[in-house]
Amino acid sequence: MSSIISSSQTWKRPPVLLKSQRWRWIIISGSVVYLILAINSVEVDWFRVYEGLERGWRFIQGFLTPDFSSRWQDIQIGLIESLTMTLTSTVAGVLVSVPIGIGAARNLAPAPVYMFCRSIITLSRSFQEIIIAILLVAMFGFGPFAGFLTLTFASIGFLSKLLAEDIEDCDSAQIDAIRASGARWWQVVNYAVQPQVMPRLIGLSLYRLDINFRESSVIGIVGAGGVGATLNTAIDRYEYDSAGAILIIIIAIVLVVEYSSSYIRRWVQ
Amino acid sequence: MISGADTQIWQFRTPKQHMLRWLGWFWLVALTVFCWNLMTEDTIWAFVADAPRQASDIGGRMLPPRWGYLNQLWQPLWDTLNIATLGTLIGVIIAIPVAFLAAGNTTPSRYFVRPVALLIIVTSRSINSLIWALLLVAIIGPGLLAGIIAIGLRSIGFVAKLLYEAIEEIDEKQVEAVRATGASGAQIIDYAIIPQILPAFWGISVFRWDINIRESTILGLVGAGGLGLQLQSSLSTLAWNQVTVIFLVILATVIVSEWVSAKVRQAVL
Repeated sequence: MSSIISSSQTWKRPPVLLKSQRWRWIIISGSVVYLILAINSVEVDWFRVYEGLERGWRFIQGFLTPDFSSRWQDIQIGLIESLTMTLTSTVAGVLVSVPIGIGAARNLAPAPVYMFCRSIITLSRSFQEIIIAILLVAMFGFGPFAGFLTLTFASIGFLSKLLAEDIEDCDSAQIDAIRASGARWWQVVNYAVQPQVMPRLIGLSLYRLDINFRESSVIGIVGAGGVGATLNTAIDRYEYDSAGAILIIIIAIVLVVEYSSSYIRRWVQ
Repeated sequence: MISGADTQIWQFRTPKQHMLRWLGWFWLVALTVFCWNLMTEDTIWAFVADAPRQASDIGGRMLPPRWGYLNQLWQPLWDTLNIATLGTLIGVIIAIPVAFLAAGNTTPSRYFVRPVALLIIVTSRSINSLIWALLLVAIIGPGLLAGIIAIGLRSIGFVAKLLYEAIEEIDEKQVEAVRATGASGAQIIDYAIIPQILPAFWGISVFRWDINIRESTILGLVGAGGLGLQLQSSLSTLAWNQVTVIFLVILATVIVSEWVSAKVRQAVL
């Protein structure tokens, strides 16, 4: 046994992040102070929570034994609204965001157009769907039309931004080649850029379809149509078995849309 | 203008491709029109036609913003930050074991544990945090706690999904090297896996925190505390000039959190 080499120093593993000791201490103590302050400022009525546990248990039971039938009429209307809103808003979003996306690509658009399109994108991205929905419901009245406009507006920011980034990443050799053949701007877009970005655009549209369905099930809470309104009513009436049924349907549709869209994306790309 | 040699002119696509494309587009358009009709069946077009007038009316009420209201917003803003941060913390703490159970290379059992972990991830991911908040407000009563738990539950799926994908992409050689020294299972995770996923982990957490700040600003709409609560009360009293102030505060918060998260991710990744 050669244990003579044992030195006073043992190996200490080096930190992966925050190499400097001082910063580590500042950050750790800062977080601890913040946590204490934050947790103290949260007032919890533990009695109310305790009372709620029984209701939570009933909800879990409702989720496990969902009741599809008694509110089926309402659920059906909500689902149809959600699904139609999803598709139409995605299509409209794609139609609008293609020109905006081209305008926001630095290699295709002149500077003023670029700035204009980028500001539209920023505007659309900075507010959440729910906030846009509140405003649009106030303007257009309750119902899926306001929801359609909301989702379209939100899709524009998302799709145009990613499309513009994609166009900027295009292989410039192909663009130069088409341009050298004497093509006009429009022909350059059609023959050099479009073939390169089309698979990505289809992929993005399908991804947005997926997101739009998720959102369409939420914006009903502020009155913009869709299955969210039905869910809101069911929870307000404490009908947990109907609420459970709606949630299961939402999860199932999200799963189907997600898997089929990722399948199609793989097939396209 | 090339007068074609004598027989063939170059075409972008073969006739068959052309036909298939047209068919695809035709069905898409038909489906969209069908959905559009179904969706707008109950739309009252008079309201829609009235929208510009409504918009200018609301716009007139929103401006000028009532800046004095800002002083009542600091407490809700602090609450919003706490909802997002504590919620992210809870979500991340639960997401770590779920991610290890879901990753193909660390899961104890591919056929029993992994599907359960994936089910947790899917359930958490497909239900929006606003819906989680709606449920929790009904169960444990309105307040910050409902918001924190809602954000936490929504974050589990997101963080766990990205984290388990990061775990599946680690370099197996390091795991083998540590295993060859006779390390136990826990030591392998500690010394071979964690150092590899730590940067990704912090990136994901901060990214989710950023999203959570956005989402927690509106959770109050269903009674889960924070800025949304003020938004709800201002909306229901039609105090549009206060709504403007709240929108501006939300916008500023979102921009700051996005900046912080971009900085941290830059430093970490």
